[in-house]
Amino acid sequence: MAKSEGEMTWRDLEIGCVVTDPGSASQYITGAWKSQRPTYDFKKCIKCGLCALFCPEGCIGQNEEGYFEADLNYCKGCGICPMECPTRVITMVEEEE
Amino acid sequence: MPKREGWEVSVAIGEVVKLADTDIVAAYPITPQTHIVEHLAELVADGELDAEFIPVESEHSAMSACLGSAAIGARTFTATAGQGLELMHEVLYVASSMRFPIVMVVANRALSAPLSVWGDHSDAMAVRDTGWIQIFVENGQEAIDNVVCAFRIAEDKRVLLPVMVHVDGFHLSHMIEPLVLPNKDEVNSFLPPNKFPLPLNPDKPVTMGDFAPPVLYTEAKWAQEVNLRASKEVILECWNEFGSVFKRYYSPVETYRVDDARVLFLTMGSFSETATVAIDELRSAGKSVGLIKLRLWRPFPFKEFRKAVKDADVLIVLDRALSFGGPGGPVCSEIKAALYNESKKPKVVSFVGGLGGRDITKSGFEEIYQRGIEIAEKGSDQEYEMFGVRE
Repeated sequence: MAKSEGEMTWRDLEIGCVVTDPGSASQYITGAWKSQRPTYDFKKCIKCGLCALFCPEGCIGQNEEGYFEADLNYCKGCGICPMECPTRVITMVEEEE
Repeated sequence: MPKREGWEVSVAIGEVVKLADTDIVAAYPITPQTHIVEHLAELVADGELDAEFIPVESEHSAMSACLGSAAIGARTFTATAGQGLELMHEVLYVASSMRFPIVMVVANRALSAPLSVWGDHSDAMAVRDTGWIQIFVENGQEAIDNVVCAFRIAEDKRVLLPVMVHVDGFHLSHMIEPLVLPNKDEVNSFLPPNKFPLPLNPDKPVTMGDFAPPVLYTEAKWAQEVNLRASKEVILECWNEFGSVFKRYYSPVETYRVDDARVLFLTMGSFSETATVAIDELRSAGKSVGLIKLRLWRPFPFKEFRKAVKDADVLIVLDRALSFGGPGGPVCSEIKAALYNESKKPKVVSFVGGLGGRDITKSGFEEIYQRGIEIAEKGSDQEYEMFGVRE
């Protein structure tokens, strides 16, 4: 996409708004909507990956140290991962302005 | 003269859909559309039409299957009526906004309740704003001619929009008329192959029907509107070429004995036939009256319509549908809107009638004429008059 969405005119749209650029959904930073975000105490993490399995967004992956962590660009702050974590690594905190 | 043969209009519609080499028909039977899709199912079963007939479980599914069919670039046809059209409703918007060239015949039928299988335009008016090109026809010949044209218009790369051909239920769908059917070669040379520009194709993947955030939705709708409006030029071009090949000519606003007419009727669909006979009688009795037949309903032919009515004193609009608690006839309401800012315009009188299959005969039109003139002269405290209702 050469132009940003805000710059595109109606003439720039493909017929029927077809998207010709595969994988472009990742350009939508849907994590901007959340009101809470997860924080981590990795000292307790046993790297079991249950949080990643239960994440409805599929946005949890392993970081460089191998700990499981949400990509905050796509995390909606639903709070499922702290509920599922067997060692209580994750705490939800209010998203600040 | 080409040979005229007796055909039931529904069956003849099935025949031209066959001649058009339609690839996929997805339909659910509903009166009074049934004979169209029954005939197509037979043609496919007998091997006369090499197409996939998808017998779906509802009209919502019929139109949804048509989306998939059009998305792979297949020539796609369906037909429905009344409640069936309403059950398709949400999918109709998807078809037009995804720019799928689907052709659909609607055998116009009244809406429940009370249950009525008979004809009026309630179903058509409820889908007015779905973004489809919409054509009304007044007899069987016009029906089959415009089904052929509909494929060419819909699939034209400058258009790529679905087209509805409105054929009055029973009054047209079940009529046996002397018709000139085109032959296969004529249809083949008039109708180029369907070349949908961005079809579903594993070698070139695309995403269809994605979402648009607020920053893009307005642009998407405007693109659709610009495109639907611009389709009028292609429709005119198609009708002109059809005329030069088949010697039958169509235009967005057609007229009958309008020269110097002080009073004009405006009708859509099969009632135009009866109206022409009534006009003849009124003319013989010395009345200055003519008829405007609105063929192209969407995109609305503002320019042609204003030109056709500007010199008349009175315009009597007959609607076969009712906008409850509103202006009465939906067509008349648009007619009034189209004329409001014009400096030279006729007085517009609105009648609603012919609901749920009730006939308006020649003498009915003559009554409407008398009453219409009365209202135009003396005014009325009603937005519209319900013709023929027993008080």
